[in-house]
Amino acid sequence: MPNANSAVASPQDAARDLPRLAQRARARLLAMHFKAGVGHIGGNLSALDALLCLHHAALGADDAFILSKGHAAGALYASLWSCGQLTDAQLDTFHADGTRLAAHPAGGWHEAIPFSTGSLGHGLGLASGLAFGRRLRRQPGRVHCLMSDGECEEGSVWEALMFAGHHRLSNLTVMVDRNGLQGFGATGEVASLEPIPDKLVGFGFDVEEVDGHDFGAMTAAFSRSSDRPRMILLRTVKGRGVSFMEGRMEWHYLPLSPEQFALALAEVEAR
Amino acid sequence: MRNAFCSAMQTLAETVDYAFLTGDLGFMALEPLQQALGDRFVNAGVAEQNMVTVAAGMARTGFQCWAYSIAPFIYARPFEQVRNDVCFHDADVKLVGNGGGYGYGVMGPTHHALEDYGVLLTLPGLRVHIPIFASDLAEIVPRMAADRHPAYLRLGRCERPPGYVPPAYAPWRRLLDGERGVLVIAGPLAGPVVARALETPATARPAIWGLSELSAGGLAPPAELLQEIARHDALVVAEEHCAHGGVGQMLALELGVRGGLPRRFQACAARGYPTGLYGSQAYHRAASGLDPASVLDAVNALMDRKAT
Repeated sequence: MPNANSAVASPQDAARDLPRLAQRARARLLAMHFKAGVGHIGGNLSALDALLCLHHAALGADDAFILSKGHAAGALYASLWSCGQLTDAQLDTFHADGTRLAAHPAGGWHEAIPFSTGSLGHGLGLASGLAFGRRLRRQPGRVHCLMSDGECEEGSVWEALMFAGHHRLSNLTVMVDRNGLQGFGATGEVASLEPIPDKLVGFGFDVEEVDGHDFGAMTAAFSRSSDRPRMILLRTVKGRGVSFMEGRMEWHYLPLSPEQFALALAEVEAR
Repeated sequence: MRNAFCSAMQTLAETVDYAFLTGDLGFMALEPLQQALGDRFVNAGVAEQNMVTVAAGMARTGFQCWAYSIAPFIYARPFEQVRNDVCFHDADVKLVGNGGGYGYGVMGPTHHALEDYGVLLTLPGLRVHIPIFASDLAEIVPRMAADRHPAYLRLGRCERPPGYVPPAYAPWRRLLDGERGVLVIAGPLAGPVVARALETPATARPAIWGLSELSAGGLAPPAELLQEIARHDALVVAEEHCAHGGVGQMLALELGVRGGLPRRFQACAARGYPTGLYGSQAYHRAASGLDPASVLDAVNALMDRKAT
């Protein structure tokens, strides 16, 4: 399973190492995107800490994870790299011709990337199907799924929420990266999700809100279970860790110039 | 065919570990299956996108998943889910659409499926099955189950002519002997055409072939059919599906590539709603020239035409 360290370290121990790992992974993520000359950096940086927390401190040998916000593939690759599941040489192929590391995850070649995702609104249904099938088969382990907040505008998300809630899929944990910014505006301006916790409770979820950059809080939240499906709303910052990207919509798209890359790297390494 | 399908699925449950999902349909038809499958029979609600995606997710746990709805709601509404979640992952998911073509008659155009298999055959690895007679289901269902890849089953209404005994099931079947040309028909549309042709002596009617299995990789027409087409230098194809992406186009391409395209060729296909009015399946077939008399007239007209 993705977390090679989990066999020897407790979640709490792993969580203690996470700030250092996050600094390395953030720098690697920036380098990957700079080398490839591509954007989507903002939503990768908002999701990276949650992915690291999952891979290093939460996912067990029987667990599965689906990245529904496929545009955070870079963060997924960097996180898998940080736990030895991808190599530097593989990351160097990101976005290049002949790569396995497409801009949105292509599934089927790596145990930790079970499905191809990228078109929004698919991951939660896949996770629900996986969780439902496992329950029918009495298989152990949890199914985790990370969505974006803009993704929640897809109708299929609400179909899946209804299914998971109705069937009380207690082996399912869903996380939403609430960075508040989407492709062409703030989520609150485009289609307000509020009051999202009330809506999710209404759909039968056990809802919790945590800081999506607080490793201790996330580790605790990810490890909790319930008799209902879990929903963890992650308060995050788009572009987290790079001051000129934080909270700015344009970093959904822009690639880094050499000067910006140097500045961003210096900031990340100084933290 | 729903009852025959239900019966075949019950038999399948004795040997195959599968789950069945329905989009809130099956009243007065699927209850025995529901009872037989217990918690592996899931009413996924009026949420076809999610039903197809859940089926793809469940397939990862080793279940073959059969997902059922009215035909347009299982391929058109959730097309991206079929493409991304089922076909991209080569998931062992079988889509079952009831009422292919104009099957839902006066229910209106939203309930018709005139482009279903043409659209679905653009997807990687998916096979299409179109039973002609209800009795075909006992053969087709286990055949689909044994092939652990995506598939679509287009159910229609069985119109087996009274007293007519169909030949044993095969993807291609010579349904009726005849000497005046060759007529290929996809799916249950063949039933009423065979019934009409039976009223005519073999010397004055075409040989009628039924087609029940489609693949983008090729229709694999049998040698006997190819010889018959070559001998007449003529072929008519009839289907309750639009011409674009249909069996007529597929067969013409395949024959052309083989160098065996006859000089006389006619495709009879669904034309949508040419009258602007709505009615029964028979009404819509007639409006498209797919009623038995029109189809057989098309063969005669083609045979009257000199090959040039």
